[in-house]
Amino acid sequence: MRAIIFFCIITVAILTTILLLLRSGKLKEKHALLWTLIGIACLVLVTFPGALDAVAHLVGFQVGSNLLFTLAILLLMGVCLQLSLQMSAQEDKVRRLAEEAAILRHDLEAGRPSPGHRSARIVRDLALADAPAPGDLPGADGRME
Amino acid sequence: MAEGSRPLIIMPAWNEVASITTTLTETQAAVPNIDILVVDDGSTDGTADAAEQTGVAVLRLPFNLGVGGATRAGYEYAERHGYHHVIRVDADGQHDPADISRVLAGLDIADISIGARFAEHGDYAVRGPRKWAMGLLAAIISRLAHTPLTDITSGFRATNRRATQQFCRHYPAEYLGDTVDALVMAVRSGLTVTQVPVSMRTRRAGVPSHNPLKAAVYLARSLVALLLALTRRPLTTGSEG
Repeated sequence: MRAIIFFCIITVAILTTILLLLRSGKLKEKHALLWTLIGIACLVLVTFPGALDAVAHLVGFQVGSNLLFTLAILLLMGVCLQLSLQMSAQEDKVRRLAEEAAILRHDLEAGRPSPGHRSARIVRDLALADAPAPGDLPGADGRME
Repeated sequence: MAEGSRPLIIMPAWNEVASITTTLTETQAAVPNIDILVVDDGSTDGTADAAEQTGVAVLRLPFNLGVGGATRAGYEYAERHGYHHVIRVDADGQHDPADISRVLAGLDIADISIGARFAEHGDYAVRGPRKWAMGLLAAIISRLAHTPLTDITSGFRATNRRATQQFCRHYPAEYLGDTVDALVMAVRSGLTVTQVPVSMRTRRAGVPSHNPLKAAVYLARSLVALLLALTRRPLTTGSEG
């Protein structure tokens, strides 16, 4: 019984923390989903302690806590992988911004915008999409051969 | 734009103040009708100011991106300013400015022209595992490119518009990603490659390493870069621009 009370407190604390972080905008919604699910799963396990053993037996674990540990480790690995992925994506974005900043600074100091000023990428994407090139792009002609 | 008709030299530089001025003045003397862009990769020693003194264009990256990142920024600049022919040259004076025109001339027959250091020219020598690693890489990529290539890690590369655009889209910043990976992806995307023998001079500053452990790490990393590039889906190249 004491253990159940202990886990109840922990679960409530987790869910409250997530809610508070969400409310203050420190945690973005897309990241909150996973943590909310984890919190709810904890709540279910605390409320129905027999559920864990039943599920464990069903998938072939002899001890319920082993299933819990296995799942917890897998989950944490998933979270780590997701964070690494997001960090790689962020690095790439930061790199592009740094390049952009350097090119813009150069053009600013040289006193003239580069021909692909309105973002060469947009022009290129438009061309790839086979859309008619917008005529209002300054210097777009200069970039063609 | 007048810029389109002239080639552009991209010179990534990170804390190269000891050699950049000499390299730039030598290059300007050797190829006076080529524009030069120095990409200062977040140097803290005044490399950008030293480069600007010689009158060349300078991109100042706000922090260090690594040599691949700096080079890609240069390709992006070249692409936006409409340069048709671009050549990447080291800032430490390893690449002889006298060879620039010859490497650029390779673009007449291919999209990418590599200034190769082993093609019986000059006195550049690598030994041991590092040499084997480079030989293995070269053999594999030569098969892919359907042309004999001996020095695929050379940073002395000329690109035409099509190849520059390809590099703008795929040019990893990691070590070896910028040479091996980018080249493999370019070849698999249908770009043609040729090589031009060049002489390699000793570095003006810094020392090359001949540590066997480093060579082993180098081999492992280059093979990983190669394998990753081989399994990746090739980019569909746009029309010749």
